[in-house]
Amino acid sequence: MSQMVTTTLTVNGVRRSVTAHPDTPLLWILREQLRMTGTKFGCGMGQCGACTVHLDGQPVFSCLLEIQHVAGKSVTTIEGLSLESKHPLQKAWVEEQVPQCGYCQSGQIMRAAGLLKENRNPTREQIVEHMKTNICRCGSYRRIVAAIQRAAKEQG
Amino acid sequence: MKAEGGRRKYFRAERGDHPSSLIPHPSTKRLEGRRRFLKQSGGLALAFTIGANGLLRAIDVRACGEEGDVDLNAWVHVSNSENTITVMCPTAEMGQGIYTSLPLLLAEELDADWRHIRVTQAPSDKAYINPEYFGVQGVGGSRSTMGYWKIMRLAGAQARAILVANAARQWSVPAGECSTVPSYVVHAASGRKLSYMDIAKIEDFKLDAPQISEKDLKAPSQWRLIGRDVQRLDVPLKVNGQAKYGIDVQIPGMLYASILRPPVATCPHPLYGDGAENGPVKVDAAEAMKIEGVVKVVQLPHGVAVVGTDYWATVKGKRALKVEWRKGSLAAGYDSEAKKQEWSAIASDRSRKGRTVDNAGAFDDAFKAAAQSVSAVYVTDHVHHACMEPFNATAWLLHDDIEVWAPTQGQTWAQQSVERVTGIPADKVRVHTTFLGGGFGAKTEQLPNAEAAMLTKVMDKPVKVIWSREDDVKHGAYRPLTAQRMDAAIAADGKVTGWSHRLVADSVLVRARKVVWDKSPGIDGSVAVGMTQPYGIPNKHHEYIHQLGGIPVGYWNAVGNGFTIFAVESFMDEVAARLGKDPLQLRIELMTDARGKAVLEAVRKMSDWDRKREGRALGVAYNHGGRWNCQIAEVVEVSVDRASGAIKVHNVWAAADPGTAIQPRHLRQQLETGIIWGMSAGLRERVTIRDGIVQQSNFHDYPVPRMDEIPEIEIQVIQGAVGQNSGAGQIGVAPMAPAIANAVYRLTGTRLRAMPMLPGQVKQALAETETGAA
Repeated sequence: MSQMVTTTLTVNGVRRSVTAHPDTPLLWILREQLRMTGTKFGCGMGQCGACTVHLDGQPVFSCLLEIQHVAGKSVTTIEGLSLESKHPLQKAWVEEQVPQCGYCQSGQIMRAAGLLKENRNPTREQIVEHMKTNICRCGSYRRIVAAIQRAAKEQG
Repeated sequence: MKAEGGRRKYFRAERGDHPSSLIPHPSTKRLEGRRRFLKQSGGLALAFTIGANGLLRAIDVRACGEEGDVDLNAWVHVSNSENTITVMCPTAEMGQGIYTSLPLLLAEELDADWRHIRVTQAPSDKAYINPEYFGVQGVGGSRSTMGYWKIMRLAGAQARAILVANAARQWSVPAGECSTVPSYVVHAASGRKLSYMDIAKIEDFKLDAPQISEKDLKAPSQWRLIGRDVQRLDVPLKVNGQAKYGIDVQIPGMLYASILRPPVATCPHPLYGDGAENGPVKVDAAEAMKIEGVVKVVQLPHGVAVVGTDYWATVKGKRALKVEWRKGSLAAGYDSEAKKQEWSAIASDRSRKGRTVDNAGAFDDAFKAAAQSVSAVYVTDHVHHACMEPFNATAWLLHDDIEVWAPTQGQTWAQQSVERVTGIPADKVRVHTTFLGGGFGAKTEQLPNAEAAMLTKVMDKPVKVIWSREDDVKHGAYRPLTAQRMDAAIAADGKVTGWSHRLVADSVLVRARKVVWDKSPGIDGSVAVGMTQPYGIPNKHHEYIHQLGGIPVGYWNAVGNGFTIFAVESFMDEVAARLGKDPLQLRIELMTDARGKAVLEAVRKMSDWDRKREGRALGVAYNHGGRWNCQIAEVVEVSVDRASGAIKVHNVWAAADPGTAIQPRHLRQQLETGIIWGMSAGLRERVTIRDGIVQQSNFHDYPVPRMDEIPEIEIQVIQGAVGQNSGAGQIGVAPMAPAIANAVYRLTGTRLRAMPMLPGQVKQALAETETGAA
């Protein structure tokens, strides 16, 4: 008998069926089966936030989310955040020239998008409190703050 | 047959996804064109290296069959159909902005309109070696700008001359009557002009490469692009998930691999070892093979690989392995706490001799004649890179060559390492460099590339090896642990007459560049870097005493600079304290370098140095930068929580002189990264090792800075030598830790001589000061 199970979920608005070990983290399903490599592996234990996606609209660590628990749910990844990089955060990220190596930035943007959904005009303290789950080893933090503030201002 | 078919499939399926394709939505036609570009560049490029003045010889063939597409030399390709000018980046983009700044240097001399410029990653080829970096193609040591500063500009000037010659021939006018404006050749007398892209389409386009030398290059006053910020070419791909890192490489039919590694820290350099001293002696793979998706378990000299059809299956397989490991290696006896003690004793024992660097005068005589002396011993722990992208590599053995996709800082070393483990000649190893999710020296390491190569040979399929974060932390190439003994002689008139610095540490060269070490006089420049600083002290002694620990030590951000400057600049404050002098004033008085003096004066002003702060204090440190030709001074403002011993950095002021700032914004980003790394290494980061086993495993026990810990940072760029190039990538790291220690001393009277300055140790040191005072 196969050890793998088939799970159906919605990714970026499209229904997908995937077959994998039931404890496979969503992260690896996205990256390998669905070929969406914008979501990154950093630590595998919810410490760094590089794998952040939205699950039913909320930012989560996809490295900790077993595929068996995602059945029927809706996932948004960086690839689905906007068409043609038009999300206010993506535009602000370019304006502020945030990325250096860039590896953590998908996760940073998805995390920030979660904040702006809940709070359209966050204070600096609220931004820092919300974003400290996500590590940037290049230390682009000061520009991340500036970009979030810019995006909040531009989305009004 | 299979291989050929596979290769074609690869180019069709993968080239468009290749991270070097920075042009969105590439057409099939473009992909084919680029393929030719890459294929042809090898020959052209070789000509580049052997021609006069390091320039291209005349090439009389149209480089690219595409109508209106032409390779002007190994570095630049003009496409009429795409209306673009594509520049080869010889080295890897790992966050430092090199994908933008090197093309910009070429575009400056090509006189190209920046909007036409695209960048593509150069293949692994001798043409693209960095003459300033071990003579290999690779990136490290902040050597990319220095190494390619001249090459890129000469290549641009040469390409411009080719375009001018062709336009002139078309118009039947002397080339000397023509000039250029961005992306156009102009013949002012007749009012004619042709765009570079239209010139590329001229029927009998000729690649007669003229001789170009440095005197043909623009004067700094003529620069149009250098020194003015442009938007980074890689940024748009890094906000939508499209940038491709090594870990993102997908090859049809590819297998995945996880590797179980020994308990003892093991990261052999494939050119000099195989790690078998800690490797497996008995492997029980029965349980692992029961996991669906696991295809094979492969015993390697240094570990056991589980190969499967998806990464998670290999992780599960790895967890199910039962392996007995070889015991008794040198590394297995290594204890980092004990080493600090042992090496401190060696540092202070003058009968133990090492090799000396840049000594001056006679320290022993100065010491004997001194009215008083100051001495101190400093110790620093191992630190780890913790790049956000863990080590990984993908390799595919075809019938007579091997393709490697790697987030690597060393293309040439990758070729050599793969040759070593597979027997396939290095020139048959084709390295496709992806974006790097952080490098910081770690990705000069070659073990992941060797692992992927060994496994594709066994599996006869493409294989991607992914290291877990735990693998990455427990089997890294750590910055060496050190003990340093400092002594200063002070004459009766208060003059500092003697200075001695004895550094005890393992060597990165011994492990990873043995061939360089064997030719060196026993000095590891990457470890000793920073010992000599331009303070005007007549008698100086600098000595490096190498100790072999067996633990993998490697290049870290700024490498030795991080610990030598900790000792030098902390000790400078200790000397100032003995003399009763202001430490910043003492530095300025002793400073013999005008640019050094200028950065020190600048931070004095920026930080409002003389103003007292309630509950806080300032500390300063300086870094000459040596061969980097970039100088920096940093001032920090700190407070200390006496209950916990935690140090907080509130503000940082930095003044840096890089000579020419090619892209001032990149420079600031790089300095800021360095400041944050320096703070983190100063306050918290450390790898501790017991019985050869690294005690940390992931970000929970190897914490790196998060957003809530970042101080205010103000940076001033002083261009004290415009026209000079420098390497500014790492200069900002080293002064942070000593500046923090110096600030803590000024605040509390407690001198911290161990890095990192962990709260528990700070608390204890504060208590000892109080007891001593009482």
